[in-house]
Amino acid sequence: MANENGVPRSASKLRPKAPTGIVGFDQLCGGGLPRGRTTLLLGGPGSGKTVLAMQFLVHGARACKEPGIFVAFEETSKRISANAAEFGWNLAKLQPNKLFIMDAQPTPDSIQSGDFDLVGLLAALGNRTKALGAKRIVLDALDVVLALLPDTAAKRREIYRIHEWLLKSGLTAIITSKDNSDDYDAMGHQSFGFMQFMVDCAVILNHHVVHGVSQRSLRVLKYRGSSFQENESPFVISRLGLEVAAARPLSVVDVKVSNERVSSGIERLDIMLGGGYYRAANVLITGFSGTAKTTLGGAFAEAACRRGERTLFISFGSDGTEVIRNLGSVGIRLHHHVKSGRLRMVSARTISGSAEHFLAELKTLATEHKARCLVIDPISSLIKYGNELTANQVVERLLDWSKAEGTTLVCTSLIEEVPTESASQLEISKNADTWIHLNYLVQAGERNRSLSIIKSRGMAHSNQVRELILSDAGVTLTDAYAAGGEVLMGTLRWEKERADGVDYEVSEVAGRLKGVRLDAEAAELEVRAKSLQVELEAKKVEKALLARTTESRRGELSRGRTRLRELRGG
Amino acid sequence: MRKPRAQSFKFRLYVADRTPNSALAMANLTALCRTHLPGRHEIEIVDVLRKPERAIADGVFMTPALVKITPSPIIRLTGTLTRTQATLQALGLETPSA
Repeated sequence: MANENGVPRSASKLRPKAPTGIVGFDQLCGGGLPRGRTTLLLGGPGSGKTVLAMQFLVHGARACKEPGIFVAFEETSKRISANAAEFGWNLAKLQPNKLFIMDAQPTPDSIQSGDFDLVGLLAALGNRTKALGAKRIVLDALDVVLALLPDTAAKRREIYRIHEWLLKSGLTAIITSKDNSDDYDAMGHQSFGFMQFMVDCAVILNHHVVHGVSQRSLRVLKYRGSSFQENESPFVISRLGLEVAAARPLSVVDVKVSNERVSSGIERLDIMLGGGYYRAANVLITGFSGTAKTTLGGAFAEAACRRGERTLFISFGSDGTEVIRNLGSVGIRLHHHVKSGRLRMVSARTISGSAEHFLAELKTLATEHKARCLVIDPISSLIKYGNELTANQVVERLLDWSKAEGTTLVCTSLIEEVPTESASQLEISKNADTWIHLNYLVQAGERNRSLSIIKSRGMAHSNQVRELILSDAGVTLTDAYAAGGEVLMGTLRWEKERADGVDYEVSEVAGRLKGVRLDAEAAELEVRAKSLQVELEAKKVEKALLARTTESRRGELSRGRTRLRELRGG
Repeated sequence: MRKPRAQSFKFRLYVADRTPNSALAMANLTALCRTHLPGRHEIEIVDVLRKPERAIADGVFMTPALVKITPSPIIRLTGTLTRTQATLQALGLETPSA
């Protein structure tokens, strides 16, 4: 857990800490080891106890004006000096005024007879502490001496004695001891278990070999009166000593969030993302082998170089020159950017060792190159350098680091086409800001590439699957053809588009024809209606005429009859 | 006490003042000498609390510690010297059969 309030100022005055000078270690225990108190350092053989302890002394002597004493119970001072020289620590130069190494290895031919104690040792140490003005002390491999004591009671008594003496002396102390029950009798183990309760701080170092790769980690078990990182932190033993990977330093929270957009190198993709990636974002491009992951990485690198930003391209797959040649075939030209020094291509195959080592090396490279943009192709290769767990932690820290540095990071990640039960997949996707997935669509004897944005934090983005088209003119995206719930790509898309075009034309013509026909029919009906109207008028006229004729005839008839009567003489 | 002869034993016992272990070692050594080496032993007591330089120089950190200086070979023993049989054997004063 992180320091809740950072390092409280009042507390740091009350109990100042003695910095170890070990990158990351001071960070995870809030500034260093408890000053004037004892720290127990437990670990198996070769876990780095002695290196850590010596680094603490060397740092004290060199940087803190705190002379130190190294009590060597296991290795001779000669061997210790030789080992220290490997890390560039010239112990001879620090002796005799800043460092004193005391050879306290039990004499091999010494015969043990009855109980003994370490009063003599403490007397000698008291003498040296005074002479040197020592502030720090290391009791290296105390277990070696304790193992000679006849019983648990005696062991406890001596541990108490040493602890009391250390507290009284005011020295900041490290006691190292093996923490391997195999090497230990049950009693010895017990007495160290009890020691863990006694001391103010306890740290456990682990060293595992996973698939032939060395993996180191340490964990602060307890730290009285101080908050500390409780989780296991991986570390490497580099040329400069220990380097601890402190997970998520507090400062990461305060990283400036940028609203600046940077181009993905593909215009249509920028549109889909609503303007491109965010500056300092972590972009993940996943896909099977051959889905053009590298091409997308290359497009981003080219765009970055065009903007004049220094870019680092780490390639796990092929050599830098090969990548440049291959990308050239799809219109991504990186050659002159390499020449101008803006772009640096690094083959990750030259970096050997664990994922931790890779991260350390990557940071160095990026810092050296002053890279603003970083492409790692593919990051999934990290898994082969160690087990899944470390690789994931390393990637997590890589993302944190790049974000803190303001570096825009594009990682590709290979997905196995046949998923294996071993689940050797990186869990990077949950941490990435933008996740683009590339896929194949196999249809009608064709493999076509598709691109979709699975997520993109903090920006509106397209939900559409697009077809990714690579040509020597460059990389473009086109709308995938969706018809009847089916996505069509490549030739099928083209055919469907054409077929649909013809269909449309036919139906349009047919529609027009029908319109004309209807018009004609309507016109005909209208004509018929008009003629009927005319007919009706004619009938009406005819009828009126008929009526009139009848009337007149009737009148004529009656007139005729009157006349007849008149003629007949009535 | 007579002057030690050729066969005489010379011991150096490192103690830490009068801490229980040191006191016990001193008593045990005295008893052992009285029994097995009457009149032919010499014991030098070094108190590491008073002479820590001596402890550093001689590389004696576990107390009490006994060094048999003569006769050769030089034998080092650590502890209270309570395991008498083993102690005598180590010092070559008694054979297992005896």
